[in-house]
Amino acid sequence: MHHRPPGPPGLRRRALLGGLAGAGALLALPGLTGCGAAGRDDPNTVRMASNRANPAQREAVRESLGVYEAASGRTVEVNTFDSTSFQESINNYLQGTPDDVIGWFAGYRMRFFAERGLISDVTDVWDRHFEGAFTDQVRSLCTAPDGRQYMVPDSTAPWAVFHRRSLFERNGYEVPATREEFVGLCERMRADGLEPLASGIREGWPAMGMFDHLNLRINGPEFHLELLDGDHSWDSSEVRSVFGAWAELLPHHQPDPLGRGINEAQTSLVRGEAGMMLCGMFITHVFPEGEDLDDLDCFAFPEFDPEIGADVVEAPIDGFMVSGDPRNPEGARELLGHLGSLEAQEIYTAIDPQALPTHLDAGTGGFSPLDAKVNDMVASAGALTQYMDRDTRPDFASVVMIPALQRFLRQPDDIADLTGTIQRQKLSIFGR
Amino acid sequence: MASNGPPPPPAARTDGPPPPAPARRTGRARRPGTGPRHGRADRAALALMLGVPALLVVGLVWLPAAATVLLSFTRWDGIGGLDTIEWIGVQNYTDAFTIYPPFEPALRNNLVWLVVLFTVPTLLGMFLAVLLDRELRGGSVYQSIFYLPVVLSLALIGFVWQLIYSRDQGLLNAFLAMVADAPAVDWFGNPDINLYAVLVAAGWRHTGYIMLLYLAGLKAVDPSLREAAAIDGAGPVRTFTRVVFPALLPINLVVVVVTVIDALRAFDIVWVINRGRNGLELISALVTSNVIGEASRVGFGSALAVVMLVISLVFIVVYVSTMLRGAQR
Repeated sequence: MHHRPPGPPGLRRRALLGGLAGAGALLALPGLTGCGAAGRDDPNTVRMASNRANPAQREAVRESLGVYEAASGRTVEVNTFDSTSFQESINNYLQGTPDDVIGWFAGYRMRFFAERGLISDVTDVWDRHFEGAFTDQVRSLCTAPDGRQYMVPDSTAPWAVFHRRSLFERNGYEVPATREEFVGLCERMRADGLEPLASGIREGWPAMGMFDHLNLRINGPEFHLELLDGDHSWDSSEVRSVFGAWAELLPHHQPDPLGRGINEAQTSLVRGEAGMMLCGMFITHVFPEGEDLDDLDCFAFPEFDPEIGADVVEAPIDGFMVSGDPRNPEGARELLGHLGSLEAQEIYTAIDPQALPTHLDAGTGGFSPLDAKVNDMVASAGALTQYMDRDTRPDFASVVMIPALQRFLRQPDDIADLTGTIQRQKLSIFGR
Repeated sequence: MASNGPPPPPAARTDGPPPPAPARRTGRARRPGTGPRHGRADRAALALMLGVPALLVVGLVWLPAAATVLLSFTRWDGIGGLDTIEWIGVQNYTDAFTIYPPFEPALRNNLVWLVVLFTVPTLLGMFLAVLLDRELRGGSVYQSIFYLPVVLSLALIGFVWQLIYSRDQGLLNAFLAMVADAPAVDWFGNPDINLYAVLVAAGWRHTGYIMLLYLAGLKAVDPSLREAAAIDGAGPVRTFTRVVFPALLPINLVVVVVTVIDALRAFDIVWVINRGRNGLELISALVTSNVIGEASRVGFGSALAVVMLVISLVFIVVYVSTMLRGAQR
């Protein structure tokens, strides 16, 4: 180990110096590619980042862009990113040299970037193309606190309680409308040997759905959104009553949810082992097309308080924004004008099974019965929310709420201590 | 001790230096002799070869580490200029130690990780290396099999263990149900056992690594040592514990360092499983979940990273001082 290398020292040194020169060349490379990219300012090319990565979504994006390319004579270069990795890197991505047009989520998570000047004001695109095309609710979700629009919406994948129609018919189950009917149905399912509510929380974020829906039904959408915006204390009787109601439903959930991925939970619904599942429309990706997908049905999360009702729908809206300093601002705006159009939305949502159009004039002719039902729920909703991790600060959602909700699922019996912990961390993060 | 002890220690101290001193003097005497043989080109090459790596280390390791320490006293979302950084003193550290529930389990889990890696996979890896060193038929096949987990990609490893540990569809629960009619165990979700379930996976990987290190070390042990031991009548066990193992000292040091580093930066497998939550908290995973993504609590994440740095420093100081002592000898 300690003996000297036998080779001729001069040769070794030369090899090393060569290596150093190589390393130097490597270090210089990023500069070169930077120059190359700057030279590609072609007015006929628009570059787009898409976070819609599964096969149906890729095809839908391609079809929609094909129509745009044919009409405008521009080409669109699409970079598709896996949705989760894109979320994990978007802060750095937006501060680097992002593409001109970027697929993203409406609501808090768009506003966050708008306030920091990382994305462009696209109010002019709204004025030119989308007067009266979307509901005020959707428009406000695309608006930053400065009153201007920073995103063009295209589709939504709402949440509901999903189930197999054939299973309900075979066992004579009725769709529950109230808390009592819901609990009664769960008990009947258990008596029939089914797991009433499929539940897979290993990834953490799926736990937020149940909290959101219970809070919306028990305390109403205004309180819910204000709570997530940091205006209320988490250590309050309102929040504790949400966890209390959840604790009563827990025995009806699949046991051991923390070790089960959301895909595994969805699979148990496909196989008919579980009776229902609170989930987003993305559950349609798991049901094989044809007989199984046609058998999928849903209902709105039932009413817990007659004063509040059950007409609030959790409908996360996806859309597109323009980066802060696009290479091709004209092209980017024109592409946004296309992506929000009726034609683009109809093409896209016909291919991606989870997506429903947000455009008010969207025809319902091509809808499956499931699409039509969910679309009606959204159209007649008293209010739309976006899902917890889109309605609140991302650091609070991922760093505080996911561990807290997981802890609740482990130990549902010390709610008071749990809400105290959440509140202490909320104070530190929100600063109020 | 101070009252009756003083006179002897200074005496001892003045007596002490002489033995090392001659060694140092001879060292100094030798260096001037070798010095003049370096030409100017040699010196330039030497400066370049030391300077460039030194610059790289300072730029890529020391500066970021210093920046992390600075950032740990701030609140910053990592977006916008440095003027958006808000100095908040030790608030992040107070928060981490008082109101951040995953922090304490993370410290504990890292420690458990270290202890388990040291006891099971290290010994197992050594054992496998000794077996494989005996030139078995098909030894290289076994070697490849045991080493395979080290080279498998993270995504694949996550998938493999998912197949085994899944509560509803996993191999292990199906096997247990068949053999012992046991109820389904929630290997990934039960915070009392999931750390150990994951440690099996991590140890599976670590064993192969350690095995290879020891195998390399054993090949380098002079065979005449063993022959001598055999002639003196030592059995295989005695030969290993008394003769071969002490000869492996440099490898042992490397293994200690590798294991400590692996335990401190353990991350990938828990991240794949559940992002390091619910019983699988590790400091590295907490740092990541705070800093990356939209959370971007750069200040708070940096404070957690500094805690990790301090823990690592303890081991690094011990290691470096051991190495330096070894180099002086």
